[in-house]
Amino acid sequence: MTQKEFLNIVTPFKDKVFRLAKRLLVSTEEAEDATQEVLIKLWNNKKKIQEYKNIEAFSMTMTKNFCFDKLKSKQSQNLKIVHSNYQDHNVALQKQVELNDSLDWVDRIMEDLPEQQKLVIQLRDIEQYEFKEIAKMLDMNETAIRVTLSRARKTIREQLTKTHNYGVK
Amino acid sequence: MVLNNIEQLLEKYENGETSLKEEQQLKDYFSQETVAPHLEMYKPIFCYFLVNHQEQFTKHVPLKTKKVFNYKWLSVAAVTVLMVGFYLNNEIKEKKEIALAEQQLKESLALVSRHFNKGVSQINYLETLEVAGKQVAYLDEMNDPLGRIFKNN
Repeated sequence: MTQKEFLNIVTPFKDKVFRLAKRLLVSTEEAEDATQEVLIKLWNNKKKIQEYKNIEAFSMTMTKNFCFDKLKSKQSQNLKIVHSNYQDHNVALQKQVELNDSLDWVDRIMEDLPEQQKLVIQLRDIEQYEFKEIAKMLDMNETAIRVTLSRARKTIREQLTKTHNYGVK
Repeated sequence: MVLNNIEQLLEKYENGETSLKEEQQLKDYFSQETVAPHLEMYKPIFCYFLVNHQEQFTKHVPLKTKKVFNYKWLSVAAVTVLMVGFYLNNEIKEKKEIALAEQQLKESLALVSRHFNKGVSQINYLETLEVAGKQVAYLDEMNDPLGRIFKNN
């Protein structure tokens, strides 16, 4: 497989890998490194790649595992992943300036969610995968995913309502 | 109008029962400029999802093509070097052999000429032999007069 062929396979989902990594690791730099690592791993195993039925799902699973490993190793070393990207420049792209603040809030709420919920929200609400695909990626059954998702969505809404009201009142 | 529908969808959404299509409807609704005031707090959630979906990975990935060392070409090179080596070696050997043969030839020629000279010097003795022979011939002549003397008696 040439570099070009590989890139053709990888390009459609490399952003998704990055966003998933960022969801879990929070820091943009860490997420970039993780994505790079995942892509290089894929490249090194490029001979086996064609055997996999769904490279995208496989890559997402790999990313999830890689990020969990990373988080675990940081935790065991008593280190916290530091990130300096509170000011999300993508949010700045948003034209509705008044929304920026609320988007930051959502970001912060998402950050506080348990990892499993983060994963499910990311895969469903942002990447718009089918439940079947998510089930395969996370090795969970669909009902469990729905429950996790529901919990996450409710938490976000409740937290946001709280801050919303706090801001108003 | 659709508001009722949206409220229903939101409830389904929170229970994790919406399909992707229905979620897209919600996203479309909340990306409008104005939404129903009592649903205002949902707006940032869906906007957040949409905005986040646009984030891209821009870092360059260094894909090193693992340099598979080409042993085929290495062997070709090795064989070439060996062949050239043998060729040069042979040439040197040949030169040496020629030099050696020359030397041997010279030596043997010198030997031959030495012996030849020796032979020639021995041939010189033959001359004295001849002289001696001639002198012996005189003895014959001396025999003659003796014969004559005895005949006469």
